[in-house]
Amino acid sequence: MLPIVELAIFALGILLIDLMIPREWKWINAVGAFVGVLFAALCVWQIQSTLPPRGLTGFYNSLLVDRFAIYFWYLFLAGAAVAILSSGHYLDVEDEHHGEYYVLILLSVAGMMCMAAGIDIVLIFVGLELMAISTYVLVGFLRRDRRSNEAALKYMLLGAFSSGIFAYGLSLFYGIAGGTNLALIARAVSAQNPHNPVVVIALLTTMTGLLFKIAAIPFHQWAPDAYEGAPTSVTGFISVSVKAASWAMLLRILLYGLWPLRSVYTPVIVVVAIATMTGANFAALTQSNTKRLLAYSSIAHVGYMLLAFVAMGTSQIGSPGFLDGFKGILIYLLVYTFMNLGAFAVITSLRQRNVIGDELDDMAGLYRRAPVEAALMLLFLISLAGIPPAAGFLGKYYIFLSLIESGHYGLASLGVIYSVFGLYYYLRIANAILMREPMETGRLPISLGMRCAVGVTALATIVIGVYPEPFIRGVNWSLGIAQSPHVAAVVK
Amino acid sequence: MQSHILSIILFTPLIGALVLLFVPRENKEAVRWIANIFAFGSFVISLPLVPMFWAQRFEVTPTHFKFLEGTPNNWIPSIGASYNLGIDGISFLLIMLTTLLGWISILSSWTAIETRVKEYYLWFLVLQTGMLGVFMALDLFLFFVFWEAMLVPMYLLIGIWGGSRRLYAAIKFFLYTLLGSVLMLLGILFLYFHHHTVTGVFTFSIPELYKTAPLIPFNYAVWLFVAFFIGFAIKVPMFPFHTWLPDAHVEAPTAASVILAGVLLKMGTYGFIRFSLPFFPAVVSHPRVQKWMIGLSIVAIIYGALVSLMQKDMKKLVAYSSVSQMGFCTLGIFALNSMGLTGSVLQQINHGISTGALFLIVGILYERRRTGEISEYGGISNVMPVYATIAMIMFLSSMGLPLLNGFVGEFTILQGVFTANWRWAAWAAPGVVLTAAYLLWLYQRVFFGAVTNPNNEKLHDLTPREVLTFVPLIVMVLWIGLYPKPFFQILEQPVNQIVQALHDNTNVSTAGSNMVNPNIANPSVATPKASD
Repeated sequence: MLPIVELAIFALGILLIDLMIPREWKWINAVGAFVGVLFAALCVWQIQSTLPPRGLTGFYNSLLVDRFAIYFWYLFLAGAAVAILSSGHYLDVEDEHHGEYYVLILLSVAGMMCMAAGIDIVLIFVGLELMAISTYVLVGFLRRDRRSNEAALKYMLLGAFSSGIFAYGLSLFYGIAGGTNLALIARAVSAQNPHNPVVVIALLTTMTGLLFKIAAIPFHQWAPDAYEGAPTSVTGFISVSVKAASWAMLLRILLYGLWPLRSVYTPVIVVVAIATMTGANFAALTQSNTKRLLAYSSIAHVGYMLLAFVAMGTSQIGSPGFLDGFKGILIYLLVYTFMNLGAFAVITSLRQRNVIGDELDDMAGLYRRAPVEAALMLLFLISLAGIPPAAGFLGKYYIFLSLIESGHYGLASLGVIYSVFGLYYYLRIANAILMREPMETGRLPISLGMRCAVGVTALATIVIGVYPEPFIRGVNWSLGIAQSPHVAAVVK
Repeated sequence: MQSHILSIILFTPLIGALVLLFVPRENKEAVRWIANIFAFGSFVISLPLVPMFWAQRFEVTPTHFKFLEGTPNNWIPSIGASYNLGIDGISFLLIMLTTLLGWISILSSWTAIETRVKEYYLWFLVLQTGMLGVFMALDLFLFFVFWEAMLVPMYLLIGIWGGSRRLYAAIKFFLYTLLGSVLMLLGILFLYFHHHTVTGVFTFSIPELYKTAPLIPFNYAVWLFVAFFIGFAIKVPMFPFHTWLPDAHVEAPTAASVILAGVLLKMGTYGFIRFSLPFFPAVVSHPRVQKWMIGLSIVAIIYGALVSLMQKDMKKLVAYSSVSQMGFCTLGIFALNSMGLTGSVLQQINHGISTGALFLIVGILYERRRTGEISEYGGISNVMPVYATIAMIMFLSSMGLPLLNGFVGEFTILQGVFTANWRWAAWAAPGVVLTAAYLLWLYQRVFFGAVTNPNNEKLHDLTPREVLTFVPLIVMVLWIGLYPKPFFQILEQPVNQIVQALHDNTNVSTAGSNMVNPNIANPSVATPKASD
């Protein structure tokens, strides 16, 4: 509760300060936003240290601050912090340095926090819309850039449409349960026949909304356009934090509220997961725009995470397949946050006065123009491809382990084969960076904030990969596994 | 008390790479010296291992591994992965081969690499650590990390410093080997989970998995064997999986070719010996599987040799000869007796030495003339006599002339195969003749006769540094050829133990398949248990 309020206050504060400061001092906004994120993290830490094992509820039982929520809150704040660090210089170059940018980032984080902690569909929906509207504006933030405008419009129209469908599904559940609390819905739904048409329609429409937000195929069309058109610093942010928030919401709703319907939704998820991996990996093979390529790659990553969800949906609660699938999703989101933000930060740094910098050719010869960034980009790509000792491997490890444990050998084989596909398109970027000669010479100017952003994400990527123990413990803690063999807080 | 010699050997190259990070890239000489010092240093540091290992070559230890290092669960206790190292005679020989070839190939790159020198040596040293780790790891998770991490520097070495089609070759190499290893990852995860259903413990420890993996029911074990087989067969490479090798070899810089042929290919055969045989005894000794493996090996031997005969490019010729000679190694392994296995390991060492040397030899001409076309050369022995002599020794060693190393290995393999089934030996034997044919013909075309190409008239003979790269290799060639007994003694215990376990476990899993935990057949209903 407190961190959400605190973020909102900082957001409004920046809005006011922005009016008062001259153009050259706009960096104060960035500092303010960064401090706001740090304060929020401090608040989360305070809540964490006094948190009872079952979590705290508030706002008439609509908000549940449990370990699961705390884990995601940290994730959102980390994503926002890196995004803020890598934005300053970019916005200067784009000549769009406005305080509203940071305000929108902070507000969208506040929305995400509601999504992760909400156990009432109204609150979840409000959080979702707060996040979504903020990101629509962020995507279209480059007012003078036609691509940015187009992306924002597409994103908003499709997003609004999917929100409508999502709300329709939730309203049906409200009708079934007579209340908006997820616990209430879970109780009502378990009393119903899972094949009751109303329940099925409600489930499918709700899932449409959820799958749209995590950008799973066939609800992915907005992602490549929005990713390509958005300011690059925003692309990184929406590709990790928005995705993590949407996953948190998906896990809350499907595991907490609609678990009794798992026999209905798991087959759907299987189909969606296969379609997502197939479509995204094939589409990524031929992209020549790095942002678009990484957009498809992030869709492919969603496919892998959905595989872990399949493992959960077909296992008993508390069995190894369920637990490792759950851990897999959370760890995947953690490592994905850092490696993807790092990759986008490097792309962001390519933007200069007269170069857009998001084509594969702009990457050529980066090793000569910015050797450190080139080496770290290689690390991010290796990690995205899931090769040890980079962190990405850990996420893949848990996902495939959970599939083996739940007996899905075919899906596991399909998944690993697609990860080889993935390597191919990541290597295309690596080839451009390391093995081609630069089209223009001269070192790339890289701001201090950008250096910090790339450095922190790279450090996290390598540390999580080489010594993952504390992070695995963190995930275990967030799922309450250390206390009991059953997932205590999230799923009853 | 634990000795940390394995860790020291393992991380010396990596420390060298870290030191190189802080050397300015413009100062090429300093970079070269530091890289060479660390490469030579890691070879020297590995030398004390020889007397130490020799002293306990017959010592019986509970796990059959020596120089054990690390405690259980000292790395990632949450998943049961640990930093455990240990070696037996087989890995000992391969480690010594790796440190020797690593030093030689770094020494041989002194003048060959002129661009991006610092990065080159840095990645080479990282590669060295990765390879050593593969041979030392006693934990499957650790093994897999090294196994995959090593691909990245190799990909970069081929892709940055390679020939004209280097991008294609580098990507092909990476994709092929990754495809194999991800399937193996699934196999590893199955073994890991199976161990948990049987014992209730999550662990990646290889000696622990040795105990439970043979209990896997046959119909599952077959698929696991296939998953591991694809991973290893691509690496070896066995017959239908070999197409990445000629591309990678032709495009790779000389030193990378040496390491690729000398060490990387051995990881496949090492994997067969270390994992496939002990994990799936019932599958490998199933007559049909064995027949397939032997058949693929024989095809590789004959096919590789025939294709070598037809090559116009020296590097490609040596690359295909690797396919043929590695066929002998897999042939020895799947004879499944101690003679065949011993010969196979010895032949792996021989192949590392001889083929590594052949790539160096080709590389020396390539560095002077920038071409590997055989027709460009002729009469080289007139202008480069020392070079021609060294080349002769290595060619003879590679084709298995008695009193040189190749003979000992091939002979032992054929002996082992003959005891298993004389027909197999009869099919493989023509490979020896063909090997002699393509090597001697190559030698004749390149070295004998008058100098036909005017460009070759002014070639200078070997520099002292280049001679130095060959000295240790020639010493090893003669040593193994003349007095192979120490090598047989080192291999005796691990090989016998593997063969013994193979026979014991084959009987267990065919006779006692009913005592296997019924849960294994359906892992999804296995006992729920938190992983920590």
